[in-house]
Amino acid sequence: MEKPFAITLDVGSSLANHTGAWRVERPVYVDLTPPCAHACPAMEDPQKWLYAAEDGSYEQAWRTLVEANPFPAIMGRVCYHPCETACNRSFLDEAVGINAVERFLGDHAIEQGWALPVPATTTGRRVLVVGAGPTGLSAAYQLRRLGHEVTVRDTSPLPGGMMRYGIPAYRLPRDVLDAEIARIVATGVRLELSTRVDDMTAALAEGFDAVFVAVGAQIGKRAYVPAAEAARIVDAVSLLHDVAQGDPPLLGRRVVVYGGGNTAVDAARTAKRLGASESVIVYRRTRDRMPAHDSEMAEAIEEGVVVKWLSTVAHADAGHLRVERMELDETGFPQPTGEFEDLEADSLVLALGQETDLSLLDGVSDLTLTNGSVEVDSSFMTGHPGIFAGGDAVPAQRTVTVGVGHGAKAARAIDAWLRATALVEPDEAPLAEYAALNTWYYADAPHAVRPRLEAARRTTGFEEVVQGLDAETAAYEARRCMSCGNCFECDNCYGVCPDNAVIKLGTGKRFEIDYDYCKGCGICAAECPSGSILMVPETR
Amino acid sequence: MSSTGVKFYQVGSFAVGNRLLDPELRSAQSEQGRANSLTSGHRACQGCGEALGARYVLDAAMRAAQGRMVTVNATGCLEVFSTPYPETSWRVAWLHSLFGNAPAVATGVAAGLRATGKDDVRVVAQGGDGATVDIGFACLSGMFERNDDVLYICYDNGGYMNTGVQRSGATPPAARTTTTQAVGDEPGNVFGQGKDVPRIAVAHEIPYVATATVADLRDLEAKVDKAMGMHGARYLHVLVPCPLGWGSASKDTVKIARLATESGHFPVFEAERGEVTSVRKIRHQVPVEEYLTLQGRYKHLFSPVRRDDVIDRLQAMADRNIARYGLVEEVL
Amino acid sequence: MLQQVEGSKAVAVAVAASRPQVICAYPISPQTHIVEELSRMVKSGELRGCEYVNMESEFAAMSGVIGASAVGARSYTATASQGLLYMVEAVYNASGMGLPIVMTVANRAIGAPINIWNDHGDAMSQRDSGWIQLYATSNQEAADMHVQAFKIAEELSVPVMVCMDGFVLTHATERVDVLEQDAVDAFLPPYSPRQLLDPDDPVSIGSMVGPEAFTEVRYLAHMRQLEALDVIPRVAAEFAAQFGRDSGGLLRSYRTDGAETIVIALGSVFGTLQDVIDAERADGVSVGLLGVTSFRPFPYEATHAAVQGARRVVVIERALAVGAGGIVAGDVRIALTGTEISQRTVIAGLGGRPITTTSLREMLGRAVRDELPALTFLDLDTGVVDRELRRLHPVDRFADVLPQT
Repeated sequence: MEKPFAITLDVGSSLANHTGAWRVERPVYVDLTPPCAHACPAMEDPQKWLYAAEDGSYEQAWRTLVEANPFPAIMGRVCYHPCETACNRSFLDEAVGINAVERFLGDHAIEQGWALPVPATTTGRRVLVVGAGPTGLSAAYQLRRLGHEVTVRDTSPLPGGMMRYGIPAYRLPRDVLDAEIARIVATGVRLELSTRVDDMTAALAEGFDAVFVAVGAQIGKRAYVPAAEAARIVDAVSLLHDVAQGDPPLLGRRVVVYGGGNTAVDAARTAKRLGASESVIVYRRTRDRMPAHDSEMAEAIEEGVVVKWLSTVAHADAGHLRVERMELDETGFPQPTGEFEDLEADSLVLALGQETDLSLLDGVSDLTLTNGSVEVDSSFMTGHPGIFAGGDAVPAQRTVTVGVGHGAKAARAIDAWLRATALVEPDEAPLAEYAALNTWYYADAPHAVRPRLEAARRTTGFEEVVQGLDAETAAYEARRCMSCGNCFECDNCYGVCPDNAVIKLGTGKRFEIDYDYCKGCGICAAECPSGSILMVPETR
Repeated sequence: MSSTGVKFYQVGSFAVGNRLLDPELRSAQSEQGRANSLTSGHRACQGCGEALGARYVLDAAMRAAQGRMVTVNATGCLEVFSTPYPETSWRVAWLHSLFGNAPAVATGVAAGLRATGKDDVRVVAQGGDGATVDIGFACLSGMFERNDDVLYICYDNGGYMNTGVQRSGATPPAARTTTTQAVGDEPGNVFGQGKDVPRIAVAHEIPYVATATVADLRDLEAKVDKAMGMHGARYLHVLVPCPLGWGSASKDTVKIARLATESGHFPVFEAERGEVTSVRKIRHQVPVEEYLTLQGRYKHLFSPVRRDDVIDRLQAMADRNIARYGLVEEVL
Repeated sequence: MLQQVEGSKAVAVAVAASRPQVICAYPISPQTHIVEELSRMVKSGELRGCEYVNMESEFAAMSGVIGASAVGARSYTATASQGLLYMVEAVYNASGMGLPIVMTVANRAIGAPINIWNDHGDAMSQRDSGWIQLYATSNQEAADMHVQAFKIAEELSVPVMVCMDGFVLTHATERVDVLEQDAVDAFLPPYSPRQLLDPDDPVSIGSMVGPEAFTEVRYLAHMRQLEALDVIPRVAAEFAAQFGRDSGGLLRSYRTDGAETIVIALGSVFGTLQDVIDAERADGVSVGLLGVTSFRPFPYEATHAAVQGARRVVVIERALAVGAGGIVAGDVRIALTGTEISQRTVIAGLGGRPITTTSLREMLGRAVRDELPALTFLDLDTGVVDRELRRLHPVDRFADVLPQT
């Protein structure tokens, strides 16, 4: 073609004009900490595995998840999901059902028989973990991944700790528990059951390079309740333990549970399942001050459990109790009123907290014990070099999830100690705030409700109450994730740039700003749904 | 909304991309190998809605035409910022003739292609609102009534921005331009004037008329696709915010377009052969004030004295659009 | 094939034989018969492979052929008078982009006052538009020049205006050798565009050019049009070789050999002037006639050569540059540079006023006697203008220019 001078031009020749010189602010991609990850005691990053689950890459999702936590099927049943409490989506409609998706991934992994990774090499270092509960097993799993030889000892005949002996089977079926523990054992963790460690010094002498004490809090608190000889009183921990061992105690038709924590609720619901026609929780404060988790309480009430709020047990006798009505003072503390009533009760279950048996540490030097817990530093090491502790044995919130987190963190610390290197925990990126999101782009989508067994069926046995999601619903729920502070490749920046200055690198590779042409208008940042682009002043 | 069939996803059909969709259902803009009909290095202002709209439209049209397409461009910002000698930002076959004749040139192009046996090559003409609703209106109407095989795109930024923000027949009431200044008792552009060219286009009973904005890409692309699937005269009127003329932040270009539709100020609909066939419903209705306050051209409605009387009239216009097109979903 | 036909039809047949692919037009007298005939031929199938588009204005008509030409279609339109002025912006645009469009201008006066009759005011207004302008002296030449015009335009990528006097030629029925398809096909090759709006080889046509290159663009357009001074006579010669008659070219001389006085004119008045020259020669007056066929580009050198030996030239113009006088006269004056030849300008035939042999001979007599003023309005009704001027203004201001009463 004979092109007339200047009037007719070759296509795309404006690429010679670098409009990036106009810019006073530059867009920069960032990865922020999503609130779910920030809130997770087990250091999971739900946003990451939800991303994989969205397109049905369940194995990838599961593998990402178990890097932090080897118990997704258990978590999906017993975790009180602080991630959901923190979830930014709750400001838009409802929090993402992270926990439900986690359970789906866990169950799916069990069905598929996916195995945890086995370390390629071993370090030759040996670590003893005392206690096969969530904390101990989590630490064992992580230490094994890091190449250490791990031995776990537990006094009980079966592993799982409170997961087996504290949490009723209707919340956590034992086949699920067994499967997730077996998977850890399969990575080469040595499990020594029915083995009590009562002399730490002797244990160390066996040649372990480090010890992790994760013995839990197995002893029911013995609060003083005036009682007649004939009164039938049991503690909730023992009740749940005996039920778990298939040896339930006789409680009678009318059972009163004294306490307001999750254990109290578990005990009351268990009593129902053992045949009690009346299961009454006596709690000294009000529902909004009750430590038990809302969903547990709601299910208990659906099952017919009754609560006497603002009440204390003043005296227990055979067949009945004396209960005093309480009043909250201005600080919210219950005060006695002197008003009493009688309550028929065949037995009283005490659920007033648990304590730890730390006798195995007797004689170990440089330890500090406070209020029945052992003090540890930020790396979970006790005052005695090489002896670490975590879970319910140290001062913390006593949940499975916290225990798993302790185990994982302690494992990293133990690994660093064994290698004689400083433990460097990466700085957490700034939190992804809701205000930084552009929520226009998120489709309106309700929370996928987990189907539930009909309440009537629950009290007849120990079948699991809360059912899992099917694959389709799990993917749907995962897709509700807003990917706060993390690019999820929605292509918005690539699309909305009037200057074609965003380069799409391809699936999984995200994007790059072409600063030769980016004029710094800021539309990409403003229209990024997940708030993953920041505008930063140019300095030159 | 004409976009259909995008299954539930984090961002549904609102964002540019959707990795869960079958490739053929994805937006043209999300494709790594999109046409980039208007490429980098052009001299549009930061955050230019017209530059964005033009690439959205032409890339979609190029995809629909499988690259067999030529474009005709009226004089205006889009032409000036894209082709100052010796550089052009176009990557499509592109012809610029005059300010007021793009529809007629396109008619000739279509006739020429037919006559030379290139019936498969599609013709897209484009211009700003000045070129479309004012100076080129006779040519546009002629092209419509002859039902020439042209898809004409009007990028409406409500004024003559290239010449320094003067009023056009598409400037909305109360908006400040350099020829309708914010002075006197009735500051800004007067009420009761202006041309609603989409409705005039509908009155021509041409095969297809639609409005769209740069804030809803999937809707825009679906309309381009639909238009490209038809023959005869077709008209697409795209709202493209202009940071310079509207006195808005460059980052707010898409947001303002979104608020224009969500307030009812700019109705988004499509019509075939004289009948409105679908409307894009308002998703989260906002008062028109939310749309106005982001724009300097309406600043005089809020300071130094708040002009509730004028704001109410603008709200009434939006309400009229909502009623006329049924923009708000009926609550059953 | 010789036929008694109307000029418009002869032109329409010639255009059709040139195989245009797109015709965009808008009706205006006296162009109508041409486009009516072409539209009929397209609709009837006599003219195949052509799109005829009824545009909504002349501006749109020119715009349409701009688009068609840009995609490589041989494109044609026709107009006149107000219509030409209405399309002016696009007229300049077509030449600026070098699109080889052919347009017939059925010359007609421009208003106000509105006037549908012939003069050259319309085409002359487009003197500097960048188009080649060819003026036909007869319907035969008008027909022949359209075929040549496509060839010239496409060879140079410059648009060509073929100017024929409205009504005088367009509506006159006379004997014309109507061009036949085979012959035209042999003469005019298919259009091979210089530049093309083509998805297979995309370019941006019509970019904005600033001070850094605008002069060069204009200079190149000028040089390109000057090439036509070679191409136009060559194409005329080729035409003559094939069809056996002289049509087109740059200039047409009639009995200029040894002439003391040479009349210079454009368009159909050439025929009348031939009769005048014959009569004057018969009376022993040494006069000759030079027709300007190519007004743009203006053949300065050829004109200079053609008038060598004469003592005076009289330029007869069918248009008026108000405030200046003649339009062609200015170009002739440049062509006469370096000679002793004196020049007179006669404005004649405005708005369709007949240019009679009697008036021309009377005017020539005065010219030969060197009694003709520098600028003369032929057959001016001096009674009317004198009355009007005296009514409106003090008479002494116009003492020099008012006709003697």
